[in-house]
Amino acid sequence: MAQLESSFKNMVLVLSGIALFAAGTLASMYEFTKAPIAASKVAKQQNAIKEVLPAFDHLGEPVKIADGNENMVVHKAFDAKNEFVGAAVETSSNNGFAGKIVIMVGFDKEGSIVNYSVLEQKETPGLGTKMLDWFKTNKGNQSIIGKNPAIANLTVSKDGGEVDAITASTISSRAFLFSVRNAYHAFVSNKDEVVATANDTIQIN
Amino acid sequence: MSKNSNLKVFLNGFINENPTFVLILGMCPTLATTSSAINGLSMGLATTFVLLGSNLVISLLKNIIPDNVRIPAYVVVIATFVSVVEMSMQAYLPALYDSLGIFIPLIVVNCIVLGRAEAFAAKNTVLKSSLDGLGMGLGFSMALTMLGTIREILGTGKAFGLTLFPDKYGMLIFVLAPGAFIALGYLIAVMSKLKKA
Repeated sequence: MAQLESSFKNMVLVLSGIALFAAGTLASMYEFTKAPIAASKVAKQQNAIKEVLPAFDHLGEPVKIADGNENMVVHKAFDAKNEFVGAAVETSSNNGFAGKIVIMVGFDKEGSIVNYSVLEQKETPGLGTKMLDWFKTNKGNQSIIGKNPAIANLTVSKDGGEVDAITASTISSRAFLFSVRNAYHAFVSNKDEVVATANDTIQIN
Repeated sequence: MSKNSNLKVFLNGFINENPTFVLILGMCPTLATTSSAINGLSMGLATTFVLLGSNLVISLLKNIIPDNVRIPAYVVVIATFVSVVEMSMQAYLPALYDSLGIFIPLIVVNCIVLGRAEAFAAKNTVLKSSLDGLGMGLGFSMALTMLGTIREILGTGKAFGLTLFPDKYGMLIFVLAPGAFIALGYLIAVMSKLKKA
């Protein structure tokens, strides 16, 4: 078969045809993968909560806080006697080097950081991506584990803080620490309610 | 004759026209994703899938695509395959998706894919184009895995995540961008020496 002539009609028809076919393929692929993608995100979130909190028995209803641009979710954790043991706060920052950074920070009931987990990030591979474990590595001043943002100044040392930024990734580090501080504010502003109404469901929207 | 030349088309991508070492195409993902062997290998395999798919479809469609709009048509086909890879990876291999991040959608603009579509698939039969896509893709995977392994060993003392020597003797530069250039340069030199011999 000879090649189709580049007439206006042919070009429009062929391009539209290919685009339609591509759109159809992608739509069905999207439908097909939607459930597994959602499931893997939920699994990741649950694992992250377990990872960042001290041992707990059950979680309270997540509290959503919309604070300007940042959407935060506070997951409160209780032990078997319904005593408040801490909370995991999911927060995000758009100030990273590339795209959105979503992290989960766990606080104990005094507000010290128990652990953190990065849920989503698109930082530079080999540089900014080191945030996954940089801030929990006990080396120099880079770890934030066990620190209480009320006492410790959790900004990078370049900005007068007491945390060593990731080598060559100050922007990523700043965005990360910004989210951590935000998470702490969300934790503190919810703490009273959290403790007072240990087993109730609070929804702030 | 035909069997022999098919094999030749397939093997072309490994040594003679290896996309990384000889054609020097697709340098962006090559340098960026090879910080570990596993990342390099998975990036290579994702690209292989896209290459195979796009070469196959484009060689099927080559006669009905008018010349003047061939590039947009190719890009749509390639982008479709890339999105399919991205969504499947996000669904079934979330950890890998996280570590490759932005470089998966960037396969769309990987010049190897468009280059093979334009230079090979648009002129050859379906079988040959598929073989070419597969060969080129595997050649690319091979190159990325080699580069990733070298950088991982020198940079962190590990190979495929297995510790060979303690982390502290690793040279950080090999994990970072300059190390990628250095390792790639030496690999290209060695490969062209081997090719001449």
